[in-house]
Amino acid sequence: MEIVLISLLNGFVYGMLLFMLASGLTLIFSMMGVLNFAHASIYMLGAYAAFDVTRLIGFWAALIVAPVLCGAIGAAIEIYGLRRVHHNGHIAELLFTFGLFFIFERGVQMIWGMLPVPYRVPPLLDFALFRVYGSNFPAYRGFMLLISGGMLLSIWLLLTRTRIGLIIQAALTHPNMVSSLGHNVPRVFTTVFAGGCFLAGLAGVIGGNYQITEPTMASALGPIVFVVVVFGGLGSLMGCFIASIIMGMIQTFSVIIDGSIADLVKGFGVSIPSDNLLGEILNVPGSRVGPLLPYALMILMLLVRPRGLMGNRDT
Amino acid sequence: MSLSTTTAAVSLRDVRKNFGPAEIIRGVNLDIREGERHAMIGPNGAGKTTCFNLISGRFPITSGGISLHGERIDGLAPQEINRKGLSRSFQITSIFHRMSVFENIRCALLWAHDYRYSFWSPLWRQKRLNEEAERLLDDLNLLSRRDLQAGLLSYADQRALEIGITIAGGATVILLDEPTAGMSHSETEYAIALIRRVTEGKTLLMVEHDMRVVFDLADTITVLVYGEVIASGPPAEIRANRAVQEAYLGALDE
Amino acid sequence: MSAATTQTTAVGRFKGHGKTWLWVGLVVVALALPWVFFNYQTGRHSGFVLTMLSQAGMMILFALSYNMLMGQAGLLSFGHAVFFGLGGFSTIHFLRAAGNGTLPVPMELMPLLGGLSSLGFGMVFGAMVSKQRATAFAMITMGIGELVGASAIMFHSFFGGEGGVNADRMIERSLFGVNYASPVQVYYLIVAWTVIGVVGMLFLTRTPLGAMANACRDNFERAQFMGYDPRRVRFFQFALAGGFAGIGGALHAITYEIVTFDAVGAGLSANAVLMAYIGGSGTFYGPILGAVLITLMQSGVSLMSNSWLIYVGVMFIGIVAFAPGGLAGMIEIHGPIARAGRLTRLIVPYIRLFFPAFAVLIGFIGLVELMSFLTIGAAQGKTLELFGNKIDVKAALPWLVSLGCLVPGGLWLWFESRAFGRVWDRLTEDLKERDR
Repeated sequence: MEIVLISLLNGFVYGMLLFMLASGLTLIFSMMGVLNFAHASIYMLGAYAAFDVTRLIGFWAALIVAPVLCGAIGAAIEIYGLRRVHHNGHIAELLFTFGLFFIFERGVQMIWGMLPVPYRVPPLLDFALFRVYGSNFPAYRGFMLLISGGMLLSIWLLLTRTRIGLIIQAALTHPNMVSSLGHNVPRVFTTVFAGGCFLAGLAGVIGGNYQITEPTMASALGPIVFVVVVFGGLGSLMGCFIASIIMGMIQTFSVIIDGSIADLVKGFGVSIPSDNLLGEILNVPGSRVGPLLPYALMILMLLVRPRGLMGNRDT
Repeated sequence: MSLSTTTAAVSLRDVRKNFGPAEIIRGVNLDIREGERHAMIGPNGAGKTTCFNLISGRFPITSGGISLHGERIDGLAPQEINRKGLSRSFQITSIFHRMSVFENIRCALLWAHDYRYSFWSPLWRQKRLNEEAERLLDDLNLLSRRDLQAGLLSYADQRALEIGITIAGGATVILLDEPTAGMSHSETEYAIALIRRVTEGKTLLMVEHDMRVVFDLADTITVLVYGEVIASGPPAEIRANRAVQEAYLGALDE
Repeated sequence: MSAATTQTTAVGRFKGHGKTWLWVGLVVVALALPWVFFNYQTGRHSGFVLTMLSQAGMMILFALSYNMLMGQAGLLSFGHAVFFGLGGFSTIHFLRAAGNGTLPVPMELMPLLGGLSSLGFGMVFGAMVSKQRATAFAMITMGIGELVGASAIMFHSFFGGEGGVNADRMIERSLFGVNYASPVQVYYLIVAWTVIGVVGMLFLTRTPLGAMANACRDNFERAQFMGYDPRRVRFFQFALAGGFAGIGGALHAITYEIVTFDAVGAGLSANAVLMAYIGGSGTFYGPILGAVLITLMQSGVSLMSNSWLIYVGVMFIGIVAFAPGGLAGMIEIHGPIARAGRLTRLIVPYIRLFFPAFAVLIGFIGLVELMSFLTIGAAQGKTLELFGNKIDVKAALPWLVSLGCLVPGGLWLWFESRAFGRVWDRLTEDLKERDR
């Protein structure tokens, strides 16, 4: 029982982290049609920038400097890169960010080296917030929830209470309509892209020391974020949120499931040997299937409901 | 000219189409006789193109029934309807931009020549197919631009290619959506002659804004206003119809 | 007008023959290359060159089969390595079976078996993905790629887990009595199957399916109103592309006698995108250029430097932004000028472009290498050497030299490229004028 509660909490923390990444990606994807392959790279960059700023000034400065830096990089990518290839279509834009992904990955290795950097939780937050059935819940995870929750609230306020928010909302569902209303679409795009990268950078700051800050963190998290976006559905932040939490839960809960399908049928007196591929699949414990589940779910979703959980149009 | 048979080529029975809460087509009944040239006119937003999209299977209908030569076709996919002998063109030129003019036409001939999804027949050795494609290009006056990329053709030539692709498969019922839209006077003249020539002996349904084209070409005219047929009949009858004059023609004649 | 038509067909026929001879010439070069690097003193082949050439052969098949999707059908797949790898794993198992005598198939037909297995996998996965196009297609293929990639590490019976599966290629069964003990024999098997694969894929582009794949790429809806079901077109194209990738994977299995999870992984799938796009997806031969170039860079540059990924990345982005047609596209745009016999007029502008471009290249490579030796190289205990001289990456001089090449070179290049653009525009204007 206690493990369920702990996992629930951890899954929620991870889900919120995913949402910080996925919300920006979903906004960019829905409005501009660009699936930003380098989004997780920006997250990584945020983590590394935070590591450096923490070393030089302090964690609290990093919390502001790193996301702003990421936002600026995002704006530069949009203005000097995507806008140039825009007339060649969405696939060209996707490929552009695909190339950026490689450059970022290698660039990070060149600047900070191949090994993980010691980006640690600030000492101020390095204590147990409370104990559940004998296990500690670190205060830093509480802090992560606070930041991501605050971010969720501010996005919501921004989208519903401000002018630019209303334009973004309109553009989410009807991307072709906004230009006919006379708004400066390139500027809205730049804003959204920079905003998305800001969020990814912020996620990097708080996620980098929660996980490990290393050059492979982008390629490890990137595909999961895509899954969240596709699963949640285009143009729906709510769907994105739900998908993030589901994926977070899957990732944490699958770890604690030791049983396999074979164990399940063993209860009925059938034993399945694992010497062939099928038997092996049935014998794999749930904890090892965990990393596969998001992809399986995404494929399933695209097969039965291409528009995703709450999307308003096909991906 | 009166080839009227018992079953109409295309027949719409109380066809309705909703987009969300908005009803765009409100119970259209329409019979297009075998071999006639039928024009559909009406103000902007009357639902003419939507009608085309419903008949050709691009959108599903909300209720009612559509039949082709007496056979129900609503609910079928566009390609299935096409294989039953109905072909359409598009208001916004819809060709294969990166392929050559010749390949455009040849692709349009493939299904009719029963090649299906063949990955074993070398196209360059299909003499009958290639000859027919050449003949059609000649008919469309595009033979000199045979190897040009279709996207690089002039607008009028693209429209001609559009018509060519539509009729190439040998469909007996042809739907043309504003075939002369955006053309100059002389180009329109030429397009009318072309349409007349290539739809000889076929059933033609066209949406058109240019009244000269309509009265020049059509045997029957149907007037669609706000998703409803307000009149249908021979040109002279439509010209004299009060309701049509009020709703539509009057505004144009002034 | 009829004169003009006959003239174009005459040119076309001439060009067609020229192309055929070019293809034949390439095969001859491929056959001769191992002997160019043959060491006549020791009487041995260069192992490095043979490995690289073999790798290039597989990658040509892989890149071309990928382009059946990207270039010919407009489908962006991020999971194409699945078919390369599954073809490889299948072949390894076939080799094992042949080795213990349960599968009486000669070595020469092993790639066919590998291809057929991948064709089968292509049909299974094709049924799942063919409903999608555009971004959804990219996503579902990425999902399948990740799924198969993770399975390959997880399941031992078929994929061998982290260690992979190995086999012995000396199965003692051959149509020509060759035992494939030496790499050069394997290389000729690769050349043969690469030629078969390339001809097969070229043939496919000229069949009704190939034509309709192009049609669905340009305008899938119109294809529907011509009687074709775009889903079916995608399905056949996807399955066949998988099959040809499988031949490449089979050659991989035969060459290395081991296949690991890398062969189905995301990295290789990404390589397919890079090769096809850099080479030029708009033409048939483009991906061949890309495959050869990337293989050269991967095995050549990575010998000297571990930064090849950044060079490929920058090259890729440059091509996406400035030359969407890839290398082949750059060659193709010279076509009209060459046919008009004006190519000589570009020689001087190109030479003028060369020097600043070279300076920028040197400066850029210098910075990248200095940077990477400062961190990665230091961690690995390597030092940067240039022409036998050790270079201190912490000193200011090499950095200044690199920057000195890059920045002024960049400005110079910018000026020259504008001048080049003017020359180019004038030339194409002239050609248009002449055509009228």
